[in-house]
Amino acid sequence: MQNFPSLNTNSNTDTNLQSELSTLNLGPTHPATHGVFQNVLQMDGERIVSGVSTIGYIHRAFEKIAEHRPFYQITPLTDRLNYCSAPINNMGWHMTVEKLLKIQTPKRVDYLRVIIMELARIADHIICNGVLGVDTGAFTGFLYMMEYREAIYEIYEEVCGSRLTTNVGRLGGFERNFNDIAFAKIKKFLVDFPKVLNEFEALFNRNRIFIDRTKGVAPVTAETALDYSWSGPILRATGVDYDVRAMNPYCSYEDFDFEVPVGTTGDVYDRFLVRNEEMKQSMRMIQQALDKIEKEDSAIFHADVPEIYLPPKEEVYNNMEALIYHFKIVMGEIDAPVGEVYHAVEGTNGELGFYLVNDGGRSPYRLHFRRPSFINYSMYADMSRGMLLSDAIINMSSLNVIAGELDA
Amino acid sequence: MGELNNDILLENLTSKFGELVKPVVEDYGMLTVETNRDTIIDLLRYIKTDAALQFIYLTDITAIQYPEQENPIGVIYHVHSLVHNVRIRAKVFLPAGDERIPSATELWNGANWMERETYDFFGVNFEGHPNLVRILNVDDMTVFPMRKEYPLEDPNRVDKKDFYFGR
Repeated sequence: MQNFPSLNTNSNTDTNLQSELSTLNLGPTHPATHGVFQNVLQMDGERIVSGVSTIGYIHRAFEKIAEHRPFYQITPLTDRLNYCSAPINNMGWHMTVEKLLKIQTPKRVDYLRVIIMELARIADHIICNGVLGVDTGAFTGFLYMMEYREAIYEIYEEVCGSRLTTNVGRLGGFERNFNDIAFAKIKKFLVDFPKVLNEFEALFNRNRIFIDRTKGVAPVTAETALDYSWSGPILRATGVDYDVRAMNPYCSYEDFDFEVPVGTTGDVYDRFLVRNEEMKQSMRMIQQALDKIEKEDSAIFHADVPEIYLPPKEEVYNNMEALIYHFKIVMGEIDAPVGEVYHAVEGTNGELGFYLVNDGGRSPYRLHFRRPSFINYSMYADMSRGMLLSDAIINMSSLNVIAGELDA
Repeated sequence: MGELNNDILLENLTSKFGELVKPVVEDYGMLTVETNRDTIIDLLRYIKTDAALQFIYLTDITAIQYPEQENPIGVIYHVHSLVHNVRIRAKVFLPAGDERIPSATELWNGANWMERETYDFFGVNFEGHPNLVRILNVDDMTVFPMRKEYPLEDPNRVDKKDFYFGR
C-alpha cells in the first residue's frame, strides 16, 4: 500500500523560507475544477500540505425521489448522474429492471444498446482527455475533438430526440427503431473519428510538454487503487484489468471481441493513454455491432413484453387490450416481483451499480446508485498531499469526476 | 486455486462461522447472508484475506430501513472477489435507537466515504470511523433523510395513495 505523505510533512527543507500555511479554497466554482467541487487546501507555497474535499453542492436526493416514482420515471433521474454519458446510465437502469422482471431482450436490442453505450463512452472520454489537454495548456486538441462529440450528440438526436440528458430507450428496448439517418451518421462517425483520434494522439502522446506535465504525476499502485475501491479507466491505468463488460458481461457484451487496455504506473499519463485506447476499442465494438445487426430482423427494436412496453399509439385508440396496458404502464402498475437485485454496468468512470430492492409496489422500496465518481473521488484529498497545486488540478481532471454522479 | 461458486462459498462460511452467518436468499445469482454486528468485521476480514476466497474488492456499502421490523436499519455490504468473479452481499440489521456497527475502514480505505454517506442518510453510527460526518447533506441537518419517516412530499396528499389503486 502506498503511504501518502502525512499531514505534518513540510517538504520545504530551507527553514528560512518556512512561513505559516495559507488556506486555499479550490472551488466550488473555480473554472479549473470543471464542476462543483470544493477542496479546502492548506498550502505551503505551491505545495499542498493537506486538503479536505467538500462535496454535495448539487445533491438532488435522487435515491429518495426514486422511492416515489414508477420505474420508467426513474430513467430521467439517471440521466443526471453522469450527464456526459447519460445513455449508459439509462441503459444500466433499464437492464436492472429487466433483470428484476426477468425479461430477455432480443439480440438486436442488445446490439443497438451497445452502439449507443459505446458512443456515449467515446463522448465522455473525448471530454475527459480533451480537457486534460486544456489543463496542461493545449487547447487545440479539445476543440478539434469537440466536433466529434457533436457528431455523437446528433446520433443521439436521431435515436431519441435529445442530446445531453437523453432519456433514451425504455424498459424492454427502444421507443423507436433506429432510422437510416442514424445508421448513416454512425457509419460516418466510424470513418471520420479514427483519423481525428490519431491526430489527437500524435499531438499529445509524444509531446514533451504534455509528458512532463503528466508522467509520474499522481501515480497510484494497483493495491492502493483496489483498497479505495477504484474502478474504470483509472483503475485499469494501475494495471488491474477489471472491466465489468468483460468480467460480468451484460447486454450481450460476451458476443464482442474487444480488449481491455491497462496501464502500468497509474499516473495521469497512463490514464490518458488508457482512455484513448478505450475509444478505439469502443469503435471496434460499434463496428462489430453494426455487422451483427445486419443478420437480425431489422423490425425488432424492443422485447415482446406488452405488460411492460408501451403499445403503439394507434393501437391504444383501437384495441382494448392495448388501451389497458397503456393505462397500466403509464400509471406504473406493472407487476414487479418482490426481490432485490444488484446490476452493474461499466460506466465511463467505472462500475456503475444499481441496487434495487422491490417490495411489489409501484416504485422501488430502495434504490441505491453505486456511483463510480463518488467512490473514485474519495482518494483525492489523500493523494493530493505533498503535490503541487498545478499537478492536483490535472490529477482531478484525469479522474474525470462528474459532479452529477458524485453528488447524485 | 480451485473454482469458487455460491455453494462452496456458503459451505465455507458456515463451517467457519456456524450459526452466526445465515444465508438469506440467493437472488439473481448473488449469495446474500445475514450476520450480526459483532461478526461482520470478522466475516469481511475472513472473506478478504482467505486465500481461497479473496474478496478483495469492496463494491458498496449502503443501508435500508424497514420501519415495521424489530431491527429496522439494515446495513448492506456488497463485496466482490475479483479473482473468482463471485459477488456476495452481507446484511446486518440494527435495532432502532442503537444503530452502531464497527467501521470497515480498517479493511478498506474505500469504505470511508461509503460509510459517511450511509451515516448521512440513515444515521448508522460506524464505530471506529476516522471522520464520521455528513458528506452530501448540509452539516447542520438534524435528521437522516432517507429514513421512511421523512416523506418526500406533503403527507396529507391523497391522490397518490395506494388505497385508490386497489392495494
